[in-house]
Amino acid sequence: MLGQFDICRPGSVAEASAVVAERGDDAVFYAGGTELLILMKERLLEPALLVDIKTIPGLDAIALDPGGRSLLLGGLATHRAVERSPLVREVLPELAAMETAVANVRVRHAGTLGGNLCFAEPHSDPATLLIALDAAFTLASASGARDVPAADFCVGFLTTVREPEELLARITIPLPGAATRVAYERFKTHERPDASAAATLTVDDGVVTDARIAIGCVGERPTRVPEAERALIGQAPSPDAFAAAADLVRDLVEPTEDPFASSDYKRHLARTLTLRALARAGAADGGTNGR
Amino acid sequence: MAVETTAPAQAPALRLLRMTLNGRPVELEIAPRELLLPVLRDRLGMKGAKLSCDVQVCGACTVLLDGVPVSSCTTLAYEADGKSVETIEGLAHDGRLHPIQAAFIECGAFQCGFCTSGMILSTKALLAETARPTRDEIAAYLSGNICRCTGYWNIITAVEDAAGRLAGDGEEEGA
Ligand SMILES: Cc1cc2nc3c(=O)[nH]c(=O)nc-3n(C[C@H](O)[C@H](O)[C@H](O)COP(=O)(O)OP(=O)(O)OC[C@H]3O[C@@H](n4cnc5c(N)ncnc54)[C@H](O)[C@@H]3O)c2cc1C
Ligand code: FES
Ligand code: FES
Repeated sequence: MLGQFDICRPGSVAEASAVVAERGDDAVFYAGGTELLILMKERLLEPALLVDIKTIPGLDAIALDPGGRSLLLGGLATHRAVERSPLVREVLPELAAMETAVANVRVRHAGTLGGNLCFAEPHSDPATLLIALDAAFTLASASGARDVPAADFCVGFLTTVREPEELLARITIPLPGAATRVAYERFKTHERPDASAAATLTVDDGVVTDARIAIGCVGERPTRVPEAERALIGQAPSPDAFAAAADLVRDLVEPTEDPFASSDYKRHLARTLTLRALARAGAADGGTNGR
Repeated sequence: MAVETTAPAQAPALRLLRMTLNGRPVELEIAPRELLLPVLRDRLGMKGAKLSCDVQVCGACTVLLDGVPVSSCTTLAYEADGKSVETIEGLAHDGRLHPIQAAFIECGAFQCGFCTSGMILSTKALLAETARPTRDEIAAYLSGNICRCTGYWNIITAVEDAAGRLAGDGEEEGA
């Protein structure tokens, strides 16, 4: 049984943000509730007011920006909507494929991207892939909006740079160019992934000119591994180059020990998943780019 | 906002919940904190949805909200306002089982039956979306519905069989 609380339904982002600013810790944004309601059942969180942001118009939109260079996902877009969006499947199929693996179909129907990212549970699939895609998150409040790079958003276990009254309104993903391929790999033994790796690889004339590698779920927050990225630049996209980068990932990630997986095991997973992601992003017929 | 409270501190005002339950309009007053599963089971007598994990993992509590499967254990009843809710009790008509129910029986797709309401409702949502899913697609869609008895093989077969029945393969079957 849940504790007592009330629910309100603001009509705009400004109104929702003002309510949270005014009520302080008493009020929280409420989207799909897939994380929130579980915390509230356990009485780990006892807000007096849920600010239902699901009915604010337009926040669940999925579209291209007017120039067609970026994919825009509303913060209230559900996992299921992203997974099934014909647009996402066309312009960024790896994102749709990643969403297919999140949780189960009921959680995907209710759970939103904004809720996933703002909760900052370490085992988030979208957080990892969005970092590799160099996405930006728009945080909106009654007093304006600011953009935060995906890589700077989560700063620790369940902790982000978001202020309580800021609502994650939009995710902007620059679409990879024709020479760039994207791959996301995850492995799980329980409900959520134990480790995941996302890679983007730009290959020009047989040489890697740009690479991004993000590792998720093994530590307190998803992170890029710049040393491993740098090791790839200027190399041919070969198994040897990928193995060297994956070794660096294994050595440099900062795993948190948990009851299900030791640090060593998580390092091993991070290496293996990096290798798989790079192999797929590096293969001519593997990974996925834009159209 | 909440009414001026006299009795229990901070008990917020009750709200009117209007929904369609298995095709019938239903109206009742709910507190914001009421979850859909206990409302269905204890207040509306729909005992088909079961409580098991209570954290959106097992699917025993699955019901359809506007045709979409939700975990009623972790969904506020508030969310059903203005929507249609479908439970296992709504599937049979005039004493005739729904084709998915008939398929589950004929294929031996349950033993204790605790998971079955959820399995059947998830199947209904799947088949509304994909009329002829492959065995892999069925397994993926139902991966959030846990069965401790059957080993899943017969369940997947039952879903294939149900897809055939709904597409009219068996002609006079199920009369
Ligand atoms: C059984 C289960 C399995 C799961 N498996 C996976 C998995 O495999 N991979 C994975 O990545 N995730 C997984 N998840 C997590 C799931 O993705 C998230 O629960 C979901 O997306 C959260 O979104 P929500 O809308 O339900 O958030 P809510 O529960 O409504 O909110 C979560 C938090 O974010 C805040 N919030 C919500 N929306 C916003 C916003 N737009 N702006 C600012 N703050 C906001 C809320 O105040 C709250 O603090 C799983 C969850 C469950 C229950
Ligand atoms: S009881 Fe609701 S999903 Fe298990
Ligand atoms: S039949 Fe017993 S849990 Fe599925």
